[in-house]
Amino acid sequence: MNSDALIVGGGLMGSSIALQLAMRGCKCTVVEKASPGRHSSGVSAGGLRLLNRDPAEIPLSVEASKMWRDIASLVDSDCDARFPGQIRVAENKADMEKLEKRAALVRSLGYGHEEIIDRKELYQLVPALAPHCVGALINRTDGYARPYHALTAFRRKAESLGVEYHSSTEVFNFEKQGNDWQVRTSKRTFSSSVLVNCAGAWANKLSTLLNEPVPLTAKALALMVTERLPHFVDPVMGAASRKLSFKQMQNGTLIIGGALQAKLDFEREKTELDWTQLAKSAETVVSFFPQLKDVRVVRAWAGIESFMPDNIPVISQSQTDSNAYHAFGFSAHGFQLSPVIGKVMSQLILDGCSEIPLDAFHINRFNQ
Amino acid sequence: MKNHYQLLVIGGGPAGLAAATVASAEGISCAVLDEQATPGGQIYRAIESIPEQRGKQLGSEYLRGKTIASEFRASDAEFYAETKVWSLNSEREVGVIRSNEADIISADQIIVASGAMERPIPFPGWTLPGVMQAGAGQILFKSAGIVPDNGVVLAGSGPLLLLLAWQYLHAGVEVKALLDVTPLSNHITALPKFPRALLAHQYLIKGIGYQIELKRAGIPMLFGVSDLRAEGEELCQRVCFKHSGKQKTIESELLLTHFGVIPHIWLTQSAGCKHQWDESQQCWRPEHDEWGNTDLPGILVAGDGAGINGARSAEHAGRLAGLEALFALGAISREERDRKAVKDRKWVRDERHIRPFLEKYYQIPKDMLATSDDKTIVCRCEEITAGEVRQAVREGHDNTNQVKFFTRCGMGPCQGRQCSNAVAHIVADEGGMPVEKMGHYRGRPPVTPLTLEQLAGLNKEDVL
Repeated sequence: MNSDALIVGGGLMGSSIALQLAMRGCKCTVVEKASPGRHSSGVSAGGLRLLNRDPAEIPLSVEASKMWRDIASLVDSDCDARFPGQIRVAENKADMEKLEKRAALVRSLGYGHEEIIDRKELYQLVPALAPHCVGALINRTDGYARPYHALTAFRRKAESLGVEYHSSTEVFNFEKQGNDWQVRTSKRTFSSSVLVNCAGAWANKLSTLLNEPVPLTAKALALMVTERLPHFVDPVMGAASRKLSFKQMQNGTLIIGGALQAKLDFEREKTELDWTQLAKSAETVVSFFPQLKDVRVVRAWAGIESFMPDNIPVISQSQTDSNAYHAFGFSAHGFQLSPVIGKVMSQLILDGCSEIPLDAFHINRFNQ
Repeated sequence: MKNHYQLLVIGGGPAGLAAATVASAEGISCAVLDEQATPGGQIYRAIESIPEQRGKQLGSEYLRGKTIASEFRASDAEFYAETKVWSLNSEREVGVIRSNEADIISADQIIVASGAMERPIPFPGWTLPGVMQAGAGQILFKSAGIVPDNGVVLAGSGPLLLLLAWQYLHAGVEVKALLDVTPLSNHITALPKFPRALLAHQYLIKGIGYQIELKRAGIPMLFGVSDLRAEGEELCQRVCFKHSGKQKTIESELLLTHFGVIPHIWLTQSAGCKHQWDESQQCWRPEHDEWGNTDLPGILVAGDGAGINGARSAEHAGRLAGLEALFALGAISREERDRKAVKDRKWVRDERHIRPFLEKYYQIPKDMLATSDDKTIVCRCEEITAGEVRQAVREGHDNTNQVKFFTRCGMGPCQGRQCSNAVAHIVADEGGMPVEKMGHYRGRPPVTPLTLEQLAGLNKEDVL
């Protein structure tokens, strides 16, 4: 059985790419060493955030934002997406200056989605916020979705177009025979014209096999979730100078994150929560919303994700083989980009270039 | 409370108390943490303060706890009452909440003596007010002398049901019926295990004695009951079931059910200990050797939390774990450990005699473990029905954790305690796979919820 494209990694990125390739008539196979969405795609906080993106990512993120608005037309499900906006709160004058600078930068790049709001509007939007804040930066079109539902929708749609998923199938190695890749896995050998590396925290293993190792670090980030509460806040909340990511989901639970590191034993794929990190986060939340002090945290978890030194992903063709491609290293903010990654990668693979420039994400930036 | 102990024992039931008593005799620093106000655990709840009359009604096995508790009180071990443990990790750091404040303490050796919990079995109507687990009935009786005043139907399987019926009889409660849901075929499949059980005839005699007394008192005891349902508008009004091929109904506003007990594994799971499916006991339990060592260094298990063997066995296993912890700490030699352990090792083996028979005799039928009624709620917190779980499996979410991701079952405040097993059984049943392949929910600490303020309080020291 020969595929047009073999995608390594059954998370959101792999599924999105498989879907877009299948929509253009390619026969795709996805191999996943655990179960689809086992790591970052399944344990993500589900933020749809264009706000405060790295300038290099803005064009992709703007397009992704449009795609999320109409995600049902792509995957037949709204993925439980909501768009109440995301804000970064300023607690003092210095914070406000920082946010104003940022807004000016985004404007200078020709985008208008990041706006400064004053104190009055901030408290109209978030009346429950502690009274000391002075203003905020907002993107009104941002929001969140439910990660595992999104993953399932992308996967189902891909499968309906003929994409084959193989779970518990770990790639050992691969080699070229004629024009095709022979990919040896824990299950069997697959044959494919194109190889796509979406292996997340495990992506460096594949890029090393392609003789282009990258300085990828696997880290575990923690999130915690509270019991259900009556609805009290709409936008997703962040802060200008403190680690905070905070949202109230459709069901009333609060998801609290903000780059909280957990301990990671990468070889054993085991994460262990660092409660002092979570404690800091709890402290931050209570200082912004003192009325939440008696709310109970019911679950915390950490997921394994890939980080690049410059915190932007690798989205590129391989330098060593024109039939190998990479999309990994999303550094804990890939969820929002997932639909557009499928689109630009399918263009890169089938047309040789994408409608949105990807130069900043080339793997060659890590060449010595 | 210090922030480090040589030995921390989690749980103040027979296993934990015995472990701490034996270990603290060698001069190590040792503390027992327990949620209750006094030592005793679930089995000997309120044992130190029980009024004489109520103690008699609860029976001689219960009163044994007095000795265990007083020996523990006489030891040098510290006891931290009303202390909740909310996390345990592989580095032996223990998250505790005491007097509304959270803290993290550590130990060189940890004995998890977390005991058992009743096996939750979802059946039609089990979420109606007026349907409770028998253990809840026992807690109210032991701790406050509260008994049903308007009659009760008892249903399910296992020795505790019989014991509670006997205790209620002596407390003057009207037991309208005792409905045993174990299939009559169990009586035959359990027969090969009967000869060994005779070695523990004292338990058999006790059990038969209860039955005879209940029969004499005219309490209807129906065996081979199936299709158990609680029905009513807003609350339980009647208990319906099938018996001898006929549909029957008993009017009752209270139904207490019991389907055996399973180990309380949430702490060992949170620590990352290896667990295995125990087919005979129909539950997951931590893997351990005869001393209670898990696969994680310095973390031991003892008592029903390690696998269901009853209160007396827990006491012996607790002492063995206590001795092993002393040996690991270098407080006693291997020879000393072995010498002091001789009797308890024998008694632990003796206490096993009755178990294979009981496990077969009271084995819960498949159709109760995995209800076929699609409308029955399995996850009470998130209100997810058996039908939704089955639908998720049909859509390709083929293990317990994927079904959890997709449906949110097990994501509520009880952290999956109530539905974990049922969901695994339903997923296995729908997917045509053995339940051990379906896996258990991955542990997501905190093991018991703590508030944002309590969590934030962990950083206090840094501020000062």
